[in-house]
Amino acid sequence: MTSLLNIFWLGLKEIRSLISDKVMLLFVIYAFTFAIYVQATGTSNEVNNASIAFVDENNSALSKELINAFYPPRFQAPKKIDASEVEDAMDKGLFMFVVAIPPRFEDDLRAGRNPEIQINIDATAMQQASIGTTYIKSIINKRISNYLKRTDEQQSAPVQLIIRKLFNPNGTASWFLSVVAIINQISLLTIVLTGAAVIREREHGTLEHLLVMPLTAFEIAMAKVWANGLVILIATAVSLFGVVEMALKVPFAGSHLLWFFGVGLYLFFATALGIFLGTISRSMAQFALLNILVVLVLMLLSGGSTPVESQPEWLQHITFFLPSRHFVSFSQVIIYRGGGLSAVWHQFLMVSAIGLGFFIYSLRLFRKSIAVTK
Amino acid sequence: MPPAVSDYKPVVSVKDVTHRYGKVLALDGISLDIPRGLMVGIIGPDGVGKSTLMALIAGSKKMQQGKVTVLDGDMADAAHRRSACPRIAYMPQGLGKNLYLELSVYDNVDFMAQLFGLSPAERPVRIKELLDATGLGPFADRPAGKLSGGMKQKVGLCGALVHEPDLLILDEPTTGVDPLSRRQFWILIDDIRAGRPGMSVLISTAYMDEAQKWDWIVAMDAGRVLATGMPAELMKQTNTKDLEACFIGLLPEEKRSGHTELTIPPRRAERSEIVIDAKGLTRRFGSFTAVDHVSLSIECGEIFGFLGSNGCGKSTTMKMLTGLLPPTEGTATLFGSSVEAGSIEVRKKLGYMTQAFSLYGELTVRQNLALDALLYHIPAQKAEARIKELVEKFGLGPHLDSLAESLPMGLRQRLSLAVAVLHEPKILILDEPTSGVDPIARDSFWELLIDLSRKQGVTIFITTHFMNEGMRCDRISLMNSGKVLACDAPQKLIETRGVANLEDAFIGYMEDAIADDASGGKSKDKVSGSAPAAVQPAAPETSAPSGFRLRLGRMFAYARNETMQILRDPVRLVFSFIGSALLMLVFGFGITTDIEHIRYASFDLDQSPESRAYLEQFAGSPRYFTRTTPVRSAEEGLHRLQADDVSVVLEIPPNFGRDFRRGNAPDVLAQVDAAMTFRGETVAQYVQAVNNTMLQNPANGLQVGPLKDTATFEERYMYNPTFESVYSIVPSIPALLLVLIPAILMAVSIVREKELGSMINFYVTPTGRLEYLLGKQIPYVAIAMLNFFILAAMARFVFGVPVKGSFLLLTFTTLLYVTATTGIGMLISTFTTSQVAAVFVTAILAMTPTIQFSGLLQPVSTLMGKAKIIGMIWPTTYYMHSSVGAYTKGLSPGLMMPDIVFLACCIPIFWAVSMLGLRKQEK
Repeated sequence: MTSLLNIFWLGLKEIRSLISDKVMLLFVIYAFTFAIYVQATGTSNEVNNASIAFVDENNSALSKELINAFYPPRFQAPKKIDASEVEDAMDKGLFMFVVAIPPRFEDDLRAGRNPEIQINIDATAMQQASIGTTYIKSIINKRISNYLKRTDEQQSAPVQLIIRKLFNPNGTASWFLSVVAIINQISLLTIVLTGAAVIREREHGTLEHLLVMPLTAFEIAMAKVWANGLVILIATAVSLFGVVEMALKVPFAGSHLLWFFGVGLYLFFATALGIFLGTISRSMAQFALLNILVVLVLMLLSGGSTPVESQPEWLQHITFFLPSRHFVSFSQVIIYRGGGLSAVWHQFLMVSAIGLGFFIYSLRLFRKSIAVTK
Repeated sequence: MPPAVSDYKPVVSVKDVTHRYGKVLALDGISLDIPRGLMVGIIGPDGVGKSTLMALIAGSKKMQQGKVTVLDGDMADAAHRRSACPRIAYMPQGLGKNLYLELSVYDNVDFMAQLFGLSPAERPVRIKELLDATGLGPFADRPAGKLSGGMKQKVGLCGALVHEPDLLILDEPTTGVDPLSRRQFWILIDDIRAGRPGMSVLISTAYMDEAQKWDWIVAMDAGRVLATGMPAELMKQTNTKDLEACFIGLLPEEKRSGHTELTIPPRRAERSEIVIDAKGLTRRFGSFTAVDHVSLSIECGEIFGFLGSNGCGKSTTMKMLTGLLPPTEGTATLFGSSVEAGSIEVRKKLGYMTQAFSLYGELTVRQNLALDALLYHIPAQKAEARIKELVEKFGLGPHLDSLAESLPMGLRQRLSLAVAVLHEPKILILDEPTSGVDPIARDSFWELLIDLSRKQGVTIFITTHFMNEGMRCDRISLMNSGKVLACDAPQKLIETRGVANLEDAFIGYMEDAIADDASGGKSKDKVSGSAPAAVQPAAPETSAPSGFRLRLGRMFAYARNETMQILRDPVRLVFSFIGSALLMLVFGFGITTDIEHIRYASFDLDQSPESRAYLEQFAGSPRYFTRTTPVRSAEEGLHRLQADDVSVVLEIPPNFGRDFRRGNAPDVLAQVDAAMTFRGETVAQYVQAVNNTMLQNPANGLQVGPLKDTATFEERYMYNPTFESVYSIVPSIPALLLVLIPAILMAVSIVREKELGSMINFYVTPTGRLEYLLGKQIPYVAIAMLNFFILAAMARFVFGVPVKGSFLLLTFTTLLYVTATTGIGMLISTFTTSQVAAVFVTAILAMTPTIQFSGLLQPVSTLMGKAKIIGMIWPTTYYMHSSVGAYTKGLSPGLMMPDIVFLACCIPIFWAVSMLGLRKQEK
């Protein structure tokens, strides 16, 4: 009971300190509102404004029709180049796609043949390359069939494949990006807030002051966990309801309560990590450098930027121990797929287990670290 | 010795100088003439503006208002500063503040000599002279960070004297230094003055007793000059015997009111219970012994003092007594029970006040007190009464609602004490509670302590480096380098040694201790009697090197200095090398857009040969699709999609086979998980592609042949024929890492100097701005180039992505690129003031354009609007093009030329802007 009270009062002090740190507070507010919006809407996986050129060796009405089929915003106005210029232009990175229409193209088609169009793709731009190629193929085929004025289209395919995209029918990128942005901000700011709180107390000597009082290291650490966790949780709620659901209009399929419960579990891990980093680094500057390395790893390998399934097998075994990966995963299940506890319990368990392990470990370091303060 | 002061022409003349830090007034319209060729002391407690005044005189701080004339020139004039700075030596406050702690003693002095343009031939001779004269000779190779406070000050002095100054400015050179070293330091100064009679020395100090022997005194308080004159005159004027009393006498009336001579009632000797008992306490940090077999027993109600210099082991002993630090050997007990970590009961009887102000500056006085009451679980009513009582007694009433950090030093210490005694502890442990407090506040603080001890029977354990405070204790321990030299009542110690005062007694004990372990530290801190003979004026410069050679010399001095520092700072070293290798692995393996092994389940409602043949096609492309158990109901399918068990469910309707045979074009429903948009999009495409291929493949019985009126497509994935993301990601990672890491390191290296104080060396030496910046930049460019080679080797051997184009040309482009990116860090360092801000600002400013607008995710040619403009001017765009080109496209030199030209143009721009932003004086 006294222990709980201590944790409560210390945590309250923690929140007071944070509120008086106006710069940090503004940074948190910025990070969970404006920054989320920008990240969610700024980049897109969609093909947009792609540069395209044509080598027209047919010079028929059809080939002109095809060239005219590409226009902004998805593609830039196509340029016409010579066959001999292709290599050079691609090397310079002038175009992402160069489409070559062969001689006698229209005649071949009219004769019922299937002439071959060559698409040169700058494959160094991976995401746009594959999606863009699909667009180009479908645009060209549609134009051809319109041009040749065929009406009996039923005959065209023997099986009608209907693809239904679940959970995000229109493939709106901001749905996914906004949630990943929140997750990344949670990782970054929780660690920064908690770690900085530890270092500030140590640099100002207040930590020693606390340790001489009838308080345990557990109480001091726990107070930081709940106080900083709560601040981030509130910021997350503001961000989710205000930015993601209201401004970006992302539907939330599952239970809010369940998700916030999961966020709480993750915060336990992230605050413990913050205490750990704050304890092992001897100055703010060291903490800042370490923080960058750790947070980048947490963010990039979480499956939020590129799918976990794409990581090499051995790496997947390692990233299994990254709570951020489970966080991204259960967020997808709850927010988009509307899954319940039965679908996420093992991820919750994993996050709690790692969080607890880390917390115990940081706690042990925490008391030891007093030895090196001087 | 000195005749009438008025005979001297002033060396420094200060006129109406006012200086503010924000709202705080540090100097309040000061006017002052300092006579030439004397030893002049500026006395006054901390925070009265002494340091500000000295920094203005030294030219290291930018003048705000008024005029300072030094060596017959106006210090506001940059040209005069440039010509005068080789004649002025300045040693800022703080032990070794302008030293590079990672560098050795010799390197530190050598660095200063290089900045002042001493030739390589004369440097070793001059430095040897100085080190020998100061007794530092045997420690030339020791890192400055591992020296005692007194020795650090001597290194600082060597650095200041290396160029033969006419004006020596020393800001609190002996604060926190042990009494023996302090005495040696003053002997050394006297020797040097004897060797250079024309030299003026300006010294500030908080120890008033030291200043008593000096020629001329400036007494300061609250940003004003109280009085100037010879010490004897001033004492006569105030009718006092020592300078401290004299200073109090000089203070304005309202400050003095209520101050009375402190008297300490003797301790009643009846109670003799031992409350603090330490036996053989020892603490080692690695091979260093901080505390060496200290034994103490302190009685109830006693005021026990611990006297010693900074770093002698006082604080470590206290930490062991309070249970903060477990002893390596020995035991400590409070009230007979040991204070191991976790013994909550003992700690309830303990009050502790740490060295620094250890309360929450961001909380108000009231909140600080209330927090403590809560944490000690004092019942609310009792707490309220107790707080009220303390507030009254400690005079905190008017400040209850001000933030603790806004209080002046003396009040803060009283608040600290109030917090420490709030729960009525039996033992009070105070670690240097009065350093930085003015004499009057110190006396009133002691009144409170005496009250606690004598009236309430509280045992007080206090550490201090003020001798006169030591005199106020019932008993004291003299401590030096981890050992207790002697322990008794102060008066007894003086009598035992038969000396005049405590300081002499202390010095006597120290000398004995040094003589005792003669084998180990014989030469340690030896008093040098023969200094003046040794410190000969340097030979006049026969052939002055040209200005350009001097500049080059200073630039390389900074480059060398920086290199040595990085090599000795493990965290920065690890960050610069391991950091980029680690991130290369994380990015290279972690960022991949290859979508493979998609888990799918079938939901076959037809179970005909055709439906099986259709589904078979997906199983037939194992690189992309992985089959899992089929689902038996639509709900199960949905559930497995929700749980992320599968990404696709293929539903084949009843009668699929029949409809297919009849040419009725049956539907097949593919439900794709599109929660992650990019992945969903790609999976959908793959499903479509398998469907299309199978319908044209004669082998599976579903073939219908190519459709009429469609073209076929030949896709040429250029530069990356297998279309694996490793070939596009890996070549772009160096572009990313070579901006992030060098920029951060560069920014930190400059801001670090600002934060730690060694920036003063740049302010007070003739070093030019470009010399400074380039000197700092060279090592980081070298580190970045090494990183480039490491990354290229990793790309080749770990990821199997070799450079197809000219490696030599890529190396050259990289050199330009990293010069530009370190330039970005340089630029950021001009407007950030803390290392943390430098790291985060650089990371955020550098990452956004690098990741979003330089072609990593989206080709620059496809960007629009502002994004495109940022992309066009951001150096990474150009390097990314060259790097990706050289790795994958085998780009020809002609095509890399525009990138090279752009990068080459960036460099001078960053230099120019950074130069404009870098100040040659502190603000």
